[in-house]
Amino acid sequence: MSHAENRSPLFHQLVVYALMLILLMPLLGTLIYSLSTSWSATILPSGLTFKWYLALWSDARFLSAFGRSLLVCFAALALSLVLILPLLFVVSYHFPKLDAVMNVLILLPFAIPPVVSSVGLMQLFAGGPLPILGTPWILIGCYFTIALPFMYRAISNNLQAINLRDLMDAAHLLGASTWRAAFMVVLPNLRKGLMVSVFLSFSFLFGEFVFANLLVGSRYETLQVYLYNMRNDSGHFTSALVISYFMFVLLMTWAANRLNKDKS
Amino acid sequence: MSALRGKWLALLCLMPFALFFVAFQIAPLLWVASNSLHTAEGWGLGNFSEAFASPFYRQAMRHSLEVAFWSSLIGISIAILGSYSLRQVDSKLRDFVMAFTNMTSNFAGVPLAFAFVILLGFNGALTILLKQAGIIEDFNLYSKTGLIVLYTYFQIPLGVLLLYPAFDALREDWRESAELLGASNWQFWRYIGFPVLTPALLGTFVILMANALGAYATVYALTTGNFNILPIRIAAMVSGDIFLDPNMASALAMILVGLMTLITLVHQWLLRRSYHVSR
Repeated sequence: MSHAENRSPLFHQLVVYALMLILLMPLLGTLIYSLSTSWSATILPSGLTFKWYLALWSDARFLSAFGRSLLVCFAALALSLVLILPLLFVVSYHFPKLDAVMNVLILLPFAIPPVVSSVGLMQLFAGGPLPILGTPWILIGCYFTIALPFMYRAISNNLQAINLRDLMDAAHLLGASTWRAAFMVVLPNLRKGLMVSVFLSFSFLFGEFVFANLLVGSRYETLQVYLYNMRNDSGHFTSALVISYFMFVLLMTWAANRLNKDKS
Repeated sequence: MSALRGKWLALLCLMPFALFFVAFQIAPLLWVASNSLHTAEGWGLGNFSEAFASPFYRQAMRHSLEVAFWSSLIGISIAILGSYSLRQVDSKLRDFVMAFTNMTSNFAGVPLAFAFVILLGFNGALTILLKQAGIIEDFNLYSKTGLIVLYTYFQIPLGVLLLYPAFDALREDWRESAELLGASNWQFWRYIGFPVLTPALLGTFVILMANALGAYATVYALTTGNFNILPIRIAAMVSGDIFLDPNMASALAMILVGLMTLITLVHQWLLRRSYHVSR
């Protein structure tokens, strides 16, 4: 007890509380705004109500935008898994030297801002053999590149931890084919790492705006684009939207953290 | 031989990934790079010289660099103070605040811009509060200063998440040794603390810079594209209704990528020469 007190002088506690206050303020402001009847030109709102949430959750346009976002995100995550898992398996089992190359390549989605890629994507997919500009298909492809660095690192760390080569050799020795070993032995061992990376990737794909707005926009309105299009609507309504969105993402991150804790 | 066949099969497994990665990452970048060199008169650096000669585009670049620099500097300062103090408080509070920081790192883009309008817009609660308290005369969220405040907000969680582990390098027994040898608190930080942390601090700063330079959603949602900053300029020239110029957009995009590459190279260089603690 006295030791703990020694290590936490008042100053550090104050700094930590101040940090939390700074980070909390915009969220708290939005939360109160979404719950108030009206709030303008005063410090405190005039009354509290749930009507904005009721209006939001009975709005058909909101619900379909929400559904579209879910669909695009899960499709993109499924595509990423289908593309990245074989890649990682092949790289770490057959071509370990490729890992260094991959580690450079997966920096690209980080280093190249989406707004830059969009310029090229808009021209490449406007016509030609694959005219998917303005459709959800282009988003699924783009979201794969966003999730890639994150998923690659998470799964690659997991693969190293399970000692892939020994596991495969053991399975081969017991008479399993490479395919069978990959599916029956390696994949179940990766399950938790996969789940964590999927949940975390989901939380930032769900909040993606740049590709969604520039490449597709209102032609296939996802949640973030809907939020932007609602900017001239009542601020209380959009606040309810922001809080609902944030709560949903929070739930996803919380699930990922829970899974992560179970693992260790 | 079956081993050889296995290798070929393995290579075949890489194809779908390669296809998608090229189509959605490499090809767009190559298109941008080649079209930035494409002018009405043919190939050349015309777009770039035009971009650097135009006061309007120069202003966009300056705004990008200024907003990125100041938001990174203020953000990292708050993050340093915060993450160091986080290490000094008891674990319950620490875990809670870390989880909270993690959570707010997802709060960016359009929702963040809306939240700031509510809080710090012309009729925002905080604006009114600060005005009534006489702390500020006027505050314009839609100005450069406003953007710096807004960007700083999303830099803080990232800064804390990146810096918190870096303080591991600073071992508690060094502090005790320094104290035993008669060093003051200031001397400890001046000669031991900061030199050990410098690579991590610079590396984090560079990541924050890159993060701010590429940010588009927040400023677009806040100003509906009316603030002159590089990402907005680039997007306006490919998706606006009035004036489309994909070649100039490509040139500006390459300038943005150039700035970020420069920053990444500095980061790599700093990482290589960083001080490593043997464990």
